[in-house]
Amino acid sequence: MTVRVGPWSVRLAPRALIACLGLVAALCVVSVAALSTGEFTVPVPDIVRAVFGQGTPVAELIVSRLRAPRVVTGLLVGAAFGVSGAIFQSLTRNPLGSPDFIGFTAGASTGGIVAVVAGGTATQIAGGALAGCMVTALLVYALAFRRGVQGYRLVLVGIGVNALLVAVNSYLLTRANINDAATAGAWLTGSLSGRGWDHAVPVALALAVLLPMCAAVARPMRMIEMGDDAARSMGIRVEAVRAVAITAGVLLAGVATAAAGPVVFVALAAPQLARRLTRSPGVTLGASALMGAVLLTAADLAAQRLLAPTQLPVGVLTAAIGGTYLALLLRKERR
Amino acid sequence: MASTGLSARLTGSARLSGSDLTLAYDRRVVATGLKVAIPDASFTVIIGPNACGKSTLLRALARMLRPRTGAVHLDGSVITSLPSKEVARRLGLLPQSSIVPDAITVADLVARGRYPHQRLMRQWSKADEAAVAEAMRATDVTELADRIVDELSGGQRQRVWLAMALAQETPILLLDEPTTFLDISHQIEVLDLCADLHEAGRTMVAVLHDLNQACRYATHLIVMRAGEIVAEGDPAEIVTPDLVRSVFDLRCEIIPDPQSGTPLIVPMLAGSRRRVRASA
Repeated sequence: MTVRVGPWSVRLAPRALIACLGLVAALCVVSVAALSTGEFTVPVPDIVRAVFGQGTPVAELIVSRLRAPRVVTGLLVGAAFGVSGAIFQSLTRNPLGSPDFIGFTAGASTGGIVAVVAGGTATQIAGGALAGCMVTALLVYALAFRRGVQGYRLVLVGIGVNALLVAVNSYLLTRANINDAATAGAWLTGSLSGRGWDHAVPVALALAVLLPMCAAVARPMRMIEMGDDAARSMGIRVEAVRAVAITAGVLLAGVATAAAGPVVFVALAAPQLARRLTRSPGVTLGASALMGAVLLTAADLAAQRLLAPTQLPVGVLTAAIGGTYLALLLRKERR
Repeated sequence: MASTGLSARLTGSARLSGSDLTLAYDRRVVATGLKVAIPDASFTVIIGPNACGKSTLLRALARMLRPRTGAVHLDGSVITSLPSKEVARRLGLLPQSSIVPDAITVADLVARGRYPHQRLMRQWSKADEAAVAEAMRATDVTELADRIVDELSGGQRQRVWLAMALAQETPILLLDEPTTFLDISHQIEVLDLCADLHEAGRTMVAVLHDLNQACRYATHLIVMRAGEIVAEGDPAEIVTPDLVRSVFDLRCEIIPDPQSGTPLIVPMLAGSRRRVRASA
């Protein structure tokens, strides 16, 4: 399907378009459900009024102050994990090349734990996570570098670094005092509870810069999936594109981990699910972002309501929901 | 179009050339002091034994490998100084191996060849559509348009990759061992297609393994050994038993190819086998 307006033209795959619209719809349903339900039910019309600042004071407090920032943070963090995963799976041409496998998330955890043990504030923990993620990415990149970076080398080196960091993290937890260890443990499973606008806004600002960067390299990245020579012969400056993509991917993973802790599985599953849903060849950054957002907000909703009043950490649910869905899709594909 | 090729060789014009090339991977130097010119409108074939540097030379000409010294020139400019998309509109490459994206259709893969002609806001012009249709027609893959590339045979798949390179609409097309991994009928099919593309006016440059195929299809042959060009020119003029012996270490007889009249290399029987044949 081609849309042409004067000298401009865009190509759209109907299947991908429908899939993305479906994801947006799902996102709306989940968000409204998360805003409306809970200990205090806010009817849907009241939500709309509260969002536009015309609701009752109670509804406004619950929706705008308590629930909305949590939903928005979940949505943004999910999208960031989804895009980050898609970038690294595309660059490594390997589904296991997602940031939770190649050490970036573990590195962010190390940074976070160090900050917890050092008695840091929430902001410092977030900063520690971001720094840990970036240092790890530099380390993996440097170790894997040999005349440019080959995908499989990045995955292998990343898995090695990941194992090392997991060990470091365990060691740090055993050395920490019991209170710090409990705080760090809670942060490590990944959670969106108690997230306010001061969490959501920095993530939103980071995404406002990083997502356009990703969009700019999406097309050349698809070409690089066919091999460096094939891409280069099409006039793509492979190393430059890769540098931009890696930078954006690392920062997305770092920012997301800083905001919600190392939520597992979204970065791995979202791009795979998005690709199968859209049936498009290669990386699909937009659909991966939407899928990540749906996965994380849905998982967070389930984490809050499933065993209410007991609250589960969202990380437990992302693995359960994403994993089940992926297994089902793979099973269907095999037939 | 054959006359264009002839006049180009007579005037010696070459849009693509390299001079004083030292080619190396890391510390391993493959070739030094190479000087090469690809005659315009020729079907140039580069040949030589394994590890002689023929693919390396092709990669340097296609700006995949930056020469340690010297430079590759395209239309009088150093190729690495030109904007890379600009080069991609003049010079195409079919790499030795490319990765087929999962679940991509033939039409979508061929369409990717239009990348150098597209911009973010102009992703699919009428010209793109026409070029893709023409490339698929020329390579006879139009009927496969909606098939998944992964499910095709090796020969079909190679035709699809060629279609993608054709959709790029470059006057010069380089092919790195386009017949490797194909069975003999598909090898001939691909080479016939290359010959058609050459006759339609393109400059074709290919690295091949089979000397007889090279002699049959090349209008200009570059023979390499151990990183050096030992002979170049019309195959009928340069391919001799002495050349084959010095380059490939093979004793042979050369007869005219009964089909094309081009040189046909017939390896000598080893002495002991000759006696067996005679007594049989």
